[in-house]
Amino acid sequence: MSWLTEYVRPKIRNLLGKREVPDNLWTQCSACNQMIFVKELERTLKVCPYCGHHMRALVNERLNWTFDEGSYTRIDLPKAPVDPLGFRDQKRYTDRLKENRSKTHLDEALVVAHGTITGHRAVVGVMAFEFLAGTMGAALGEGVVAAAKLAVLQQAPLILFTASGGARMQEGMISLMQMPRTTIAVQMVREAGLPYIVVMTDPTTGGVTASFAMLGDIQIAEPNALIGFAGQRVIEQTVRETLPEGFQRAEYLLQHGMLDMVVPRPEMRETLGRLIALLCHLDHPAQETPDPVPLIQAA
Amino acid sequence: MRQFLDFEKPVAELEDKIDELRRMSETDGINISEEVARLTEKADRQLRATYAKLTPWQKVQVARHAQRPHTLDYIRTLVTEYTPLAGDRSFAEDNAVVGGLGRFENRPVVVVGTERGDDLDTRLKHNFGMARPEGYRKVRRLVELASRFALPILSFVDTAGAFPGIEAEARGQAEAIARSTDAFLSAPVPILVTVIGEGGSGGAIALGAGDRVFMLEHSIYSVISPEGCASILWRDTTQAAAAAEAMKLTATDLRNFRLIDEIIPEPVGGAHRDPVVTIQAVGRAIATALPGLLALDPAALRAQRREKYLAMSREPAV
Ligand SMILES: [Zn+2]
Repeated sequence: MSWLTEYVRPKIRNLLGKREVPDNLWTQCSACNQMIFVKELERTLKVCPYCGHHMRALVNERLNWTFDEGSYTRIDLPKAPVDPLGFRDQKRYTDRLKENRSKTHLDEALVVAHGTITGHRAVVGVMAFEFLAGTMGAALGEGVVAAAKLAVLQQAPLILFTASGGARMQEGMISLMQMPRTTIAVQMVREAGLPYIVVMTDPTTGGVTASFAMLGDIQIAEPNALIGFAGQRVIEQTVRETLPEGFQRAEYLLQHGMLDMVVPRPEMRETLGRLIALLCHLDHPAQETPDPVPLIQAA
Repeated sequence: MRQFLDFEKPVAELEDKIDELRRMSETDGINISEEVARLTEKADRQLRATYAKLTPWQKVQVARHAQRPHTLDYIRTLVTEYTPLAGDRSFAEDNAVVGGLGRFENRPVVVVGTERGDDLDTRLKHNFGMARPEGYRKVRRLVELASRFALPILSFVDTAGAFPGIEAEARGQAEAIARSTDAFLSAPVPILVTVIGEGGSGGAIALGAGDRVFMLEHSIYSVISPEGCASILWRDTTQAAAAAEAMKLTATDLRNFRLIDEIIPEPVGGAHRDPVVTIQAVGRAIATALPGLLALDPAALRAQRREKYLAMSREPAV
């Protein structure tokens, strides 16, 4: 822990009070309420240095933490029909999409990139919870299929970081059909004899959990990530019982045999690299930078 | 005793009147045949008109009608030598899922489906058609059995969804559903799926990926219940009708989006008015589609199934 967080933080807190703390310098841990210097969080990969709470990550952060420095290239994902249902609840779906695009600077709730992890080539897909709660619609399903195709083309393992609030209700049954479609994507990777590793991050729920997120050769989760199929409120209303302590959290799933491991964020890159090496009969850690790799053609 | 839905009230009133006239003629010996004929025709016209323009929300109610034929009714009528099989081989038998071996038009098949039950006792027994992980693992077992012995699979979907419970989550509801879908998409045998009532979310898709997916005319298929959608997006469960409209969950909608293959027409007034005719229509649809699928090489069949799903949602509706 740096001297700054140790000594400066309490003073500032006392002098200014919470509301006057500049947002860009300090942030508060939602789990332990400690004020944390933002620079410190960059070093800890957004893990609270006080309580170990894993804060939600943005897509770019995840890519930077996962790939070797400067090694990755993002790919353009195929387009899917926009607003096929002409859906409108209290808001138009097209407006929600627009808002989320300008807010997140993302096209959809998935980003796919390829590069190296501790020197080993990999295709990585990262779901963006910040984009419409990482809900699964046609574009996301198409993105998972594209990621699988790229992995097969490059003969590289596929790693998916999941984060999802469930179905993209505004796409109705098209959303549900992404469950079989993404399952086929997993089958393509499996049949090519390539590893498929899932890293479940907070939260991973609904149709994403009940399809590609639970079909990994290796199932990893970040500490305390919420993982489940049904929502907690629905379960409570159905069974009229209080939910057990730690229910649907990563450690609970590990205990119930649904995961191979719960891995803290700072150890994730090394763990993934080691797993790839073991599954692909590679030496680890690898030293050389691999040759440039072919790109997927847009459909 | 026939149960009427709210929007069927005008028909119910006419039919009551007809019954009353019949009773009167029995006791008083009055000739009522002309009046009965007139009223019957009127009731028939009314029913036809009502069912010709059901709103999505009305279809939701028809799809959930208690007297609609359920999976076991289809199995009893269409499958001979039905031999139920049980258990997931790791934890329990889940009666929300029924299935086993049997013959369809004399050919050995595996049949599987979600069963909602017909009265309080059977509804409790089958947990209202809401399966736990054991149920989906049993489905997967049956699909793998069918694959090993080259038996076509007939799947019947009728469920509000997977059971949302503490134990169900603890035992891996999501994983069980995912593996079941995985098995359907891997099986080298023909799979014919019929949505006979309610196709609810992941619990339906777990039994839903087939070479031919049929939907009965008034069945529904949706990513979340209209009530659930309304409570999340409208923050108001009374908006379920609006949600049903917006979600495009009718057979016609799904056919237009090319997410299902074929709509099987129901008798006037819905499947619950004439279960036998409905079940026979489903049987004919399966019998018509099966030979073409049996003629395909197993690898080609599986490849074609996957291509069908991969092509979905790439183009806008027709
Ligand atoms: Zn903390």
